[in-house]
Amino acid sequence: MAGAALPRRNLRGSCAIPVPTTAPAWTQAQPIVKLDDVHKSFGHLEVLKGVSLELMKSDVICIIGPSGSGKSTLIRCINALTPFQRGSIQVMGIEVNDPHLDKRSLRRRVGMVFQQYNLFPHRTALQNVMMAPIQVLHQPRKEVEERARALMQKVRLEGKEHAYPGEMSGGQQQRVAIARSLAMNPEVMLFDEVTAALDPETVKEVLVTIKQLADEGMTCILVTHEMRFARDVADRIYFTDRGVIVEFGPPEEFFANPKDPRTRTFLGQVT
Amino acid sequence: MPAAQLARLPPLRLHAWHGALIAAMIIFPAVVADAQGTTTGRSSVFEALVRWTPLLLGGFGFNILISFLAMAIGTVLGAFLGIGLISLAPPVRQLSWTLTQFFRNAPWLVLLFFTMFMLPFQFRIGGLVVPLPDWMKAVLGLALPVMANVGEIVRGAVQSIPSGQWEAAESLAFSRHQQVWSIILPQCVKRMLPPWMNLYAILTMSTVLASIVGVNEVMTLAGQVEAAEGGRTDLLAPLYGWILLWFFLYSYPIARLTLWLERRYHVEI
Repeated sequence: MAGAALPRRNLRGSCAIPVPTTAPAWTQAQPIVKLDDVHKSFGHLEVLKGVSLELMKSDVICIIGPSGSGKSTLIRCINALTPFQRGSIQVMGIEVNDPHLDKRSLRRRVGMVFQQYNLFPHRTALQNVMMAPIQVLHQPRKEVEERARALMQKVRLEGKEHAYPGEMSGGQQQRVAIARSLAMNPEVMLFDEVTAALDPETVKEVLVTIKQLADEGMTCILVTHEMRFARDVADRIYFTDRGVIVEFGPPEEFFANPKDPRTRTFLGQVT
Repeated sequence: MPAAQLARLPPLRLHAWHGALIAAMIIFPAVVADAQGTTTGRSSVFEALVRWTPLLLGGFGFNILISFLAMAIGTVLGAFLGIGLISLAPPVRQLSWTLTQFFRNAPWLVLLFFTMFMLPFQFRIGGLVVPLPDWMKAVLGLALPVMANVGEIVRGAVQSIPSGQWEAAESLAFSRHQQVWSIILPQCVKRMLPPWMNLYAILTMSTVLASIVGVNEVMTLAGQVEAAEGGRTDLLAPLYGWILLWFFLYSYPIARLTLWLERRYHVEI
């Protein structure tokens, strides 16, 4: 395709195009998300001190680590919710640190689910799922509604379409939030401690939903404190501490044989 | 007082006997004045009140009209000002801030005088001469502080929305315009309603300021009635008490409704 040969700069101006086109200059043989030496400070506090990692399409990674180690900041940098000072993040070939970045075209490709669900309280569950595809992607309402109903079914919330967020449990709200993100057909999903605010009995229903997504081949980056789940779902576990990735590896190896003393101390505390 | 203790206090509200008390407060001076002041050739205070009530009610209606129009104009302008106050463009935000601060921190009466003397009594659009009567100038004068206050109400409501709402909207690739109009502002309406109604009640009370600049509203008419009655002093307290009662009867239900809305939306958000 001619588009693939074009330098990225030529396509940057196309911010108003509603439907995401295939990313320029990116093929599935390349990492879908690539972080290279990312530095981030809040004032004098350095939160990320050179983080690098790579994901191929359909990879599922879990980022674990003590609180304050920069996990959330890290994934918020990936969809440009938090700006960072140094280094590079590429999502499907889009440079996130580019000052001329079209954030909306990046965010159409990257879905995000938050710890506090952040559903829109003035809209029903179904409307929450439908809003973005209609308003942002300008897709026809009927088609979007069909897809939204299917997504509600997928997250096992059929019958809750017309409930308002305030009328649902935390676990149900979080699953609506996942459906809302999926309605945009993202290529990558970011999960920021999505079970941290939930009651223990509703944690499972959310994790089952995420596992199902991962099994279907969705590229996922999860920040989580659920060690058993991380072991179960992840292709690789990354352990962060004080702004750096201390070590990473496949879950079996990571949990059975952690190399760094900091990892061992942390795993000793949480498991 | 600690908040928990405050929350336990029984809510205060008017009961039927309060109405009797208020009526007595109005009538008592009238009775006293009537007993003291009756001389030959004068009607009683009651007769005088009854006789002038239709005229005064017309004036009161004018006050309500002024309050409606000033509120409508002030709200529309204030909504724009509020949007300006949360604009991402620094010049827009600074200009909106300056306007808000200027009109919020000026006495209403001064603003009223200001518009009275600054605005022409008529203006031309093309070949058409549009008159601008005094009462219309008063409406504009009162609309200015309303505008500034509505602007602040909008800004305050927007800032009270949790930042997670903005982040969720942003991460779903909504444009700034869409974030403000279809996600943030709809959530603000409920929060803005009680302070907005409060402002309306205050505005209604302030419409009598228009009498000072010569608009024929209820206070101006009351002065004329007093003069027509030969400046009799026994009429003063009953006359103004009577008008006081009207304002009270008009504003109290608004205050109750505001309280009710505040309570209702307090739990939902």
